[in-house]
Amino acid sequence: MAKRMQGIMESIQTLCSGDHGNEGFMQDDEDEEEENGVGRLTSWAELLGFGLAVFSEAIAPQLQCFCDRTLGFAVGQGGSREAWIKAVAMAMSLVRKAVKKGWVGALAPAARVMSQALSTASEPITLDIPVPFKAHKVETPSVTVETSAQELTNFFKTMFIMRRMEIAADSLYKSKFIRGFCHLYDGQEAVCVGMEAALNDKDCIITAYRDHCTHLGRGGSVLEVFAELMGRKDGCSLGKGGSMHMYNKKGGFYGGNGIVGAQTPLGAGLAFAQKYLKVEGVTLAMYGDGAANQGQLFEAMNISALWNLPVIYVCENNHYGMGTAEWRSAKSPEYYKRGDYIPGLKVDGMDCLAVKQAVKYAKEYALQNGPMVLEMDTYRYHGHSMSDPGSTYRTRDEISGVRQERDPIERIRKLLLSNNIATVAELKTMEKEAKKEVEDALSKAKESPSPDSDELFTHVYRKGYGAKAYGADRKEVVVKLP
Amino acid sequence: MVRRRFSFGLVSRLSSPIYGRSPCSGGIWTPCLGQKRSFMTAKDLVESEEPEKKVTNRINMFSAINQALHTVLDSDPKSYVFGEDVGFGGVFRCTTALRDKFGRHRVFNTPLCEQAIVGFGIGLASMGNRAIAEIQFADYIFPALDQIVNEAAKYRYRSGNLFNCGGLTVRAPYGAVGHGGHYHSQSPEAFFCHVPGIKVVIPRSPSQAKGLLLASIRDPNPVVFFEPKWLYRLAVEEVPVDDYTLPLSSAEVMRKGSDITLVGWGAQLAIMEEACDEVSKLGISCELIDLRTLIPWDKELVEDSVNKTGRLLAPVTGGFGAEIAASITNSCFLRLQAPVSRVCGLDTPFPLVFEPFYMPTKNKIVDAIKASVNF
Repeated sequence: MAKRMQGIMESIQTLCSGDHGNEGFMQDDEDEEEENGVGRLTSWAELLGFGLAVFSEAIAPQLQCFCDRTLGFAVGQGGSREAWIKAVAMAMSLVRKAVKKGWVGALAPAARVMSQALSTASEPITLDIPVPFKAHKVETPSVTVETSAQELTNFFKTMFIMRRMEIAADSLYKSKFIRGFCHLYDGQEAVCVGMEAALNDKDCIITAYRDHCTHLGRGGSVLEVFAELMGRKDGCSLGKGGSMHMYNKKGGFYGGNGIVGAQTPLGAGLAFAQKYLKVEGVTLAMYGDGAANQGQLFEAMNISALWNLPVIYVCENNHYGMGTAEWRSAKSPEYYKRGDYIPGLKVDGMDCLAVKQAVKYAKEYALQNGPMVLEMDTYRYHGHSMSDPGSTYRTRDEISGVRQERDPIERIRKLLLSNNIATVAELKTMEKEAKKEVEDALSKAKESPSPDSDELFTHVYRKGYGAKAYGADRKEVVVKLP
Repeated sequence: MVRRRFSFGLVSRLSSPIYGRSPCSGGIWTPCLGQKRSFMTAKDLVESEEPEKKVTNRINMFSAINQALHTVLDSDPKSYVFGEDVGFGGVFRCTTALRDKFGRHRVFNTPLCEQAIVGFGIGLASMGNRAIAEIQFADYIFPALDQIVNEAAKYRYRSGNLFNCGGLTVRAPYGAVGHGGHYHSQSPEAFFCHVPGIKVVIPRSPSQAKGLLLASIRDPNPVVFFEPKWLYRLAVEEVPVDDYTLPLSSAEVMRKGSDITLVGWGAQLAIMEEACDEVSKLGISCELIDLRTLIPWDKELVEDSVNKTGRLLAPVTGGFGAEIAASITNSCFLRLQAPVSRVCGLDTPFPLVFEPFYMPTKNKIVDAIKASVNF
């Protein structure tokens, strides 16, 4: 028994001191300082899970079931505050039983962590948004936003995964695994992450071609994104869409559209369906500053205002339409005012919390009153696509200036540190895990096969329609479209 | 009068259109000042004699197009080039140095609005200017389809010749490149080929591009000029430095043959030439025709050729092959020894990873030629 306890304690110690796995091809240049011994834990939920798993090995299977149920219950209930409270109550009774049986030594770290975590994770933190909103024909939302440690940590992790994913896509393109077009989203992560914090699965999102991270936010996985970029079977669109055409049905993500501005009337249609079916959800029709000059956007705005559709037009203003600066292509670069009779808000798009607040506000508005325009003031570090170096129409100083002063991930990092939610070491561990997750997804995606040649003919029409496709000379090769 | 043979191995005929200087493509110069259209028949086909040396430069297609635009802006002060990103040279470098030389009032960027670009061009042209609008990729031309079909094509007709927008030229890069995907590879020329009132012109090489573009811009009808983007850097040849035009609505016989006629345009001709070389080893002699202008197309030349060979093959994507096939079947029915066949892309949207299967490749053309000859 003593030996077993020793083994358990050692496992916990190893876990607490952090995992030093291989970095893979994404080497971190910075020095790494890790605390030795039992330090503060990176994620209380993870330790809880691991600790229970370790216990499960040592104790009887019946108790193991109980542990799984405890953790499983909380996660299954969506990880809400109430769920965790119940889960911890269940675990506490387990602890009491275990203490009675003399397993104090093994339980102490877990108990300490659980109490720490519960007290801090979902406690509301009130923060002020530094950059004020600008409003057009509507009241500005409050600059005081309520968040929690868990939410901020999730923001950090998700944005970091997105950043690493886009950088990995950059390397993949340069090594010719990805061909065709690849439009990267790094720098703009705060927009889609902040949006997701204010939305649920009843809402729909439709966007243009810079959609890798939006797909991730709507419930896609990094593996699906990489596989789709490389045109493999495991991609979210079966490898037939590519970078610009990622979709997610369960998550209500309608893509992923190549033609600039063409997705905005579609967004109006989605909103009509939601209103008609009384779904209590909104549609976010996203477009860029370049697309803001397309005629179809104004047509969509008119019909959505006329019919009071619950659609929010989100203009991701990264100030450059491919290579053209906003002031050179638009008479009025105040895109939030361009809805004219549609109210608008200008939001600092590099601040997750501002985005979350604005989208929450806009959602309430849209469900009552009809469309609203949100202009997200954001920035992209890469060029328009992989064939654009991004420095012919803007200076490198500008890019590095934005990166230093307004980077969304750095902003959340500062919040986490200043509010004592995480230490530098914990953040580094989170970053490493994110990198590892992206790398694993990448290697798995590389092993995925290309779609079969038959897939060339599928999904042109609905299955069983009986239409025919003819081969090159229209005689010898005739394929019945499935 | 100048005689010249292009180094691409072409056998072409000479014609002098009403506008621009004589193109001088080798052969006997025939005076045809009063002619409205410069159709030639195969009977006038002659071998060119040794030409005088013309100053040429070895350049690629986007440089040739750039030279043509420089020439137009030089020669006509009321000509303008506009489109998305043309100021810094364009995404394919076709408009390099134009803004520096001619100023921001004649070479300017537009916002992202194809319908407005073409509509604006129509208005500019109807005031007597040469409006050269660039659509960044032919795949994006569809918002402007209404303007081209309903406004540009019908302007002269519906105003009883009071107004016209003949000074309009819409340039767009089209065609597959190997990795373009759904929205950077389409060949939409067929959509425009059934609209009377506009012309559709497609060059196959740098020297053809320069001459045809100059002719299109100076033609008193609105022209949609599709440039094969695959050839922008790939095709390099000796292009004359001076101002010359090639005749519109005049097809060109690239190689003479007696067994089968192949009709094509644009980048596909390079593939067709390879196919012709391959089947010539089997003793099949192909007559290769570059249509150059898709509407109004040089029906007489193709008919004469088919009357000579008895077989026709149109191995290009897009859909215009149907019009050629129907027309030739109608006029040469008794002469045909095999059904008119077309070799084209598959009946699916332009795919992403499946592009090699989709494209009409050399082998598919060779198979079709053999099938036709052995019918």
